[in-house]
Amino acid sequence: MIAAPALEITLLVWGLVLLMVDAFADKIDKRALAIAGIVGLAVVLLGSFFLAPLPPVATTGFWSFYTADPLAIFFKRFALVTTIFVLIMAIDYGPAIRMGIPAANPHAGLGEFFVLPIFTCAGLMWMASAIDFVMIFVSLELVTVSFYVLVSFTRRNPATLEAGVKYLILSALSTGFLVYGITWIFGVTGETNLARIETVLATQDIDRVPVLFGAALVLVALGFKIAAVPFQIWVPDVYQGAPTPVTAFLSVGSKAAGFVVLLRVLAPFLMLPQVGKMLVGMAALTLIYGNLAALPQLNLKRLLAYSSIAHAGYLLIGIVAFSGAAIAYYLVAYLLMTLLCFAVMIVVATQGDQIEDYAGLATRSPFLAFAMLIGMLSLAGVPFTAGFLGKFFIFDAAIQHHETLLVAIGVITVGCGFYYYLKVVRAMYWQAPANTSPIAISALSRVAICALIAGIFILGVYPKPILEALSPSITVVTAR
Amino acid sequence: MLLFIVFAPLITALFVLLGAPARMTALLGSVATTVVTLIAFFRYDIAQGGFQFVSAWPISEGWRLQFLLGADGLSLVMLFLAALVLLCAVWFTPPVEKSERLFYACLLFIASGAIGAFASLDLFFFYAFHELALIPTFLLIGIWGSGNRFAAAWKVTIYLALGSFVLLLGLILLYRSVPADLRSFDLRQLQAVAASGGISAHAQNQIFFLLLIGFGVLVSLFPFHTWAPEAYASAPAPAAMLHAGVLKKFGLYGLLRIGLPLLPEGARHWSWLLILLLLGNIIYVGLVTLAQKRLDWMLGYSSVMHMGYIFLGIASANLLGTSGAALLMFAHGLSIALLFALAGEIRRRTGTLVLSDLGGLGKIMPFAGFAFGIATFATIGLPGFANFAGEVLIFFGAFKTGADWRGFHIFQIATLLALWGVVISAVYMLRAYRSIFMGESAARWRALPDLSRTLRLPVVLLVTTTLIVGFFPNTALRVLRPTFSRPVAAK
Repeated sequence: MIAAPALEITLLVWGLVLLMVDAFADKIDKRALAIAGIVGLAVVLLGSFFLAPLPPVATTGFWSFYTADPLAIFFKRFALVTTIFVLIMAIDYGPAIRMGIPAANPHAGLGEFFVLPIFTCAGLMWMASAIDFVMIFVSLELVTVSFYVLVSFTRRNPATLEAGVKYLILSALSTGFLVYGITWIFGVTGETNLARIETVLATQDIDRVPVLFGAALVLVALGFKIAAVPFQIWVPDVYQGAPTPVTAFLSVGSKAAGFVVLLRVLAPFLMLPQVGKMLVGMAALTLIYGNLAALPQLNLKRLLAYSSIAHAGYLLIGIVAFSGAAIAYYLVAYLLMTLLCFAVMIVVATQGDQIEDYAGLATRSPFLAFAMLIGMLSLAGVPFTAGFLGKFFIFDAAIQHHETLLVAIGVITVGCGFYYYLKVVRAMYWQAPANTSPIAISALSRVAICALIAGIFILGVYPKPILEALSPSITVVTAR
Repeated sequence: MLLFIVFAPLITALFVLLGAPARMTALLGSVATTVVTLIAFFRYDIAQGGFQFVSAWPISEGWRLQFLLGADGLSLVMLFLAALVLLCAVWFTPPVEKSERLFYACLLFIASGAIGAFASLDLFFFYAFHELALIPTFLLIGIWGSGNRFAAAWKVTIYLALGSFVLLLGLILLYRSVPADLRSFDLRQLQAVAASGGISAHAQNQIFFLLLIGFGVLVSLFPFHTWAPEAYASAPAPAAMLHAGVLKKFGLYGLLRIGLPLLPEGARHWSWLLILLLLGNIIYVGLVTLAQKRLDWMLGYSSVMHMGYIFLGIASANLLGTSGAALLMFAHGLSIALLFALAGEIRRRTGTLVLSDLGGLGKIMPFAGFAFGIATFATIGLPGFANFAGEVLIFFGAFKTGADWRGFHIFQIATLLALWGVVISAVYMLRAYRSIFMGESAARWRALPDLSRTLRLPVVLLVTTTLIVGFFPNTALRVLRPTFSRPVAAK
């Protein structure tokens, strides 16, 4: 039996050890570090299945700001799996990294690129467990700071530098919003612990306006993390400019963490009807903007950036309906299909990531084209894929909640989705390739891609494991 | 048995993709499917009625979701149609120039989507199987299509995707409107709940509206029909055969299967809307068909138009009308498949389908002309063809429905108007026949070969089936009766 915090601690120690190895053993092949990282993550993932039972909720001390309820454990595993896939992608992306860094040593910088995601993962795992505003803030910063470095890693590339600066400035701004919002809430309720804020709000007669103001500020900050409109401006440029594995990590890990925190933070505030209205507005705008803006995109990374905004919209419908299970399932589906698309992208796109670079992929590499096809179909929401069931559960939750407007917008925007996702399919299957050379795939990537495809199909017809993994916490989350 | 019917095309498609000789494997798979479907058709116990050959695999207990297969008379008739048209479509496939494997696999996927939907008793899989056909259609039109194939492929995919998500909302709403302890996607359970009045009239009205729009888009109900002619004109002939002949019937099947028995109040509430729209199909689209200058567009519009009759049968909601609708679904599937197949052959030989360019082909290709003539007569609804039996039943059924709406007997008025549609379709079909096969033929076409001997077999297969069902409609009707006597009894 392992205590839950041991997972994060193990991961941090392992990350530090690998950094040390990187610093002092500069002769070794740095890919060994990535492999070691993957092994470490896998061990921790295994360890997460042997956790000691959750101690009773405490009012002070460690367990008052840290929880290991099923929701937290679920998202810890989610973060671990994401990071494993990101590291696999990073290995394949190694040559591109080397070109982007000015250094004499061919391996310079690679080590950090492989180790930093481990720290990010630890931050994401803490975030999943945080039930106190201070803890939420600190873990969010750990994630964000490591992303600052990762986003601008290939510093020879001007687009990457631009992305790094944009991410830094806007992220710092949103952090400011978060802290300011927390102070307002603390000022009124005198608490930073979410559960106690809820009791204070429920029992005492306090002025609602400052609380609402604070909640709105927190919502702004989290809206930035999950890429919800109108806080999405940074997304396309950063996604396009950042190294591809980092983009994948941002779009899956950062977003998932944002939604976990949103689920936790919103629980006390949902009794205020204004918060619900704000969320409905945000979801509607996000759906419309993300889907419409994705329509004319010609760059696959930008397309996926806008699509990630669109998916944030569907997830926000789940938040409005406050269905933990639907959100968790959708996030898992999103993880599988997004990582699949990015994994194919890293193997294919050595020369560029315009959609036209994928022309004739079906003849160059039927396997990769098939993988991309599955990814795109799942993103669009075709049955028997995980993406479809995700939308199914979200719409179901919304119908139960009588959110007619959101459902109507959601259905119409699904139609848009079919257009822009199939644009990629058209390029791969209809158009003639510019060069016909076959594409080599490393064995590790092949295994990873196969695993992702299998996951999409298995979860697409058999959602039970995910829905049941969360079933105790659904009651926790919804029993407001 | 149903498991085999559902998975045979899928597995065949996988074999084809993995490298088995494409055409032979596809033919073999579809022949096997057809034979097993026929066996199932004749082994169905009519006296017992209800769903038979039922098999279930649980998927999610919390959602009471299971992979549930089963068939009654209606599903068996549709299954047989799907298998037969698949067989003919595969047979009619000309040599494919690029990626032959993918072509046959797409055809098989479309068919297995339709077959799976017809054999599913679980609404979730009923829906999901139909969607399975969406992407192969997109690829078939996009890769091997003709004309403005890009626009057509987008249009059909987006229309159908939107329609099916509206449908999905309706199905979720249906699931949610049942009391919590009875919730299920199991059709039999839902029927039991509906029979005991478990779905409120208000909910029925909402759900039926969503289903009407969702299914309506899939069946090209006026005014959501514009995707159909364009898609069928661009699609390669086998794809058009399968899509117009089989897949489009999914929406009608859904209305007969879910709309009428589960939501009789909703159906009655919205019957005025359905009548209005189906008249749009018959009269407006009929007139549009008259104006077409190309055979493929004309056939596409005519298939949209004939959906109107089937909707009329469904709207009447009595035994005569609904069994007529089912019969016409079957008959129309066969005749439109034959027409699209012949149109494809003509285009392959002459390179054009513009009616004014063609002419005199009757002397050059006598067999094709003969087959086209028969298909024309079937489409018009001449006695002796299954189409006639279906249309007559629909007209009788609809006329009998005396639903009174503010002093007007809208059903009788609609039937009278719809009868004129028969005249319209006679005009355009015969005119097309004349301009293609009669008159002087151009010199450059004198040496064109007729249908090859091997291609005559599927033609004979389709025609004899129509004739058998036309002369002995009871072969189909007695199987259909147990299905449709239920909604009448529930009234």
